[in-house]
Amino acid sequence: MRRYKLVILNLKTPISIDDVRKLNVGDTIHITGTIVTARDEGHKRLLELHEKGEKVSIPLKGLAIYHCGPVVKKNEKWEVVAAGPTTSMRMESLEDQIIEKFGVRVIIGKGGMGKKTTEAMKKYGAVYGVFVGGAAVLAAKAIKEVKDVKWLDLGIPEAFWILEVTNFGPLIVAIDTRGNNIFENVKKMVAKRKEKLYEKLGL
Amino acid sequence: MELKNVIENVVIKLLKLAATRLPKDVEEALINKKKTEKTAMGKVLLESILKNIELAKNSNKPICQDTGTIYYYLRAGDNFKELGKLKEILISALVRATEEIPLRPNAVDLLKGNTGNNVGSEFPHILWEIVPGDQLELTVFLKGGGSENLSYLRMCNPNEGLDGIKRTAIDAVAEAGKACPPLFVGVAVAGGADIAMDLAKRALLRPVGSRHPQRELAQLEEELLDSLNELGVGVMGMGCGPTVLDVHLEYGCRHPASFPVAINICCWASRRSSAKIYSDGTVEYLTPYL
Repeated sequence: MRRYKLVILNLKTPISIDDVRKLNVGDTIHITGTIVTARDEGHKRLLELHEKGEKVSIPLKGLAIYHCGPVVKKNEKWEVVAAGPTTSMRMESLEDQIIEKFGVRVIIGKGGMGKKTTEAMKKYGAVYGVFVGGAAVLAAKAIKEVKDVKWLDLGIPEAFWILEVTNFGPLIVAIDTRGNNIFENVKKMVAKRKEKLYEKLGL
Repeated sequence: MELKNVIENVVIKLLKLAATRLPKDVEEALINKKKTEKTAMGKVLLESILKNIELAKNSNKPICQDTGTIYYYLRAGDNFKELGKLKEILISALVRATEEIPLRPNAVDLLKGNTGNNVGSEFPHILWEIVPGDQLELTVFLKGGGSENLSYLRMCNPNEGLDGIKRTAIDAVAEAGKACPPLFVGVAVAGGADIAMDLAKRALLRPVGSRHPQRELAQLEEELLDSLNELGVGVMGMGCGPTVLDVHLEYGCRHPASFPVAINICCWASRRSSAKIYSDGTVEYLTPYL
């Protein structure tokens, strides 16, 4: 397995295409600025709006989409209590179109994404950052304010949460703009090790 | 206080403990892995996990936003006073806990969508065992959806024997990078597919480091723990650091023609908490915390 050097970078939204092109798999990044949450239903709705030519409440160019269904509380304002990532692979079939049509620069989630997303990231300039699954309070701590929420008809986890964040991370870059994908590499390595293990245990 | 109020308060407290804290054995296992981790990426990942555990503990907030499918495991005494009302109490406590802690409403009705309060058909899931006595032993388990999606069942050929168990566990964990490793792996063999899966989930309730009382199976647990870590899936499936924190195996007798092997996987946030309530209202909390 390749060893990664510890490179830590801070990014501010809107993130430029040049900024993301400098990133390599294995880098650790923190984001300050605006991020939005979108899960399965959120991705579908974004594309529906785009197709109808309707505007999304904020321009997504240069922002990050976070695969997350948060736990929230409403007092006078909305408060995000816990907000770890959800499994990104569920969004694989739509993410390439989101990257192409909206110009988002960072996709945040867990568990990795596949070939279609990797190719879109290479072509249009975006990276995939892994936030540690389950680290929901750590994520919530970096969320300073809920700027707005749309699509509550989809339910709290699926709604479109527009969040102001400071030093949101650490995010480990797992897909970069050169087509490198840590999860694809791990998959190949695990397949080889599985064969060896079968042999060793006489299976 | 009336016994039914005592029970409701204990259930809410257990749900809160489970959602916001990890049992001592789980937290210690993670701390030990962080201490011995060599790679930079593995360290960053494990450090995030430990920081998050500390933040959740200090702020009484849920460790993970996915507060899970709610399982109640009951060992209820036949003379426990409120036996007939228990189901009702367990459900009303969950509704309150969902609002007060808060828990994420996770009960999605097949036709009507999210019920909004964590209550619906078979949700929470209540598993009963009636034993002699006037006490109630209750374990709550909050089981995350991400790791549940990597559940695995194989109807092995009985000729395969223990090799069938090894093969199934290896195949399951090789695909489980998305289940938020480092993982706990519950493995079980039993008479029917459903029995095996139920036992595999119960295996996840055992403390880290505990071994099966039968020597051969204790050895198999150890062997699987080493083997599964050799796969190199790593923390969060990123190829660095530990894959599996422990493996627990349970079994029931199987049918001569069947050899169902069930694997139930839990993410690093193994959220369980237990208590014992006596009919006179005395309560003992059983799960140790750091």
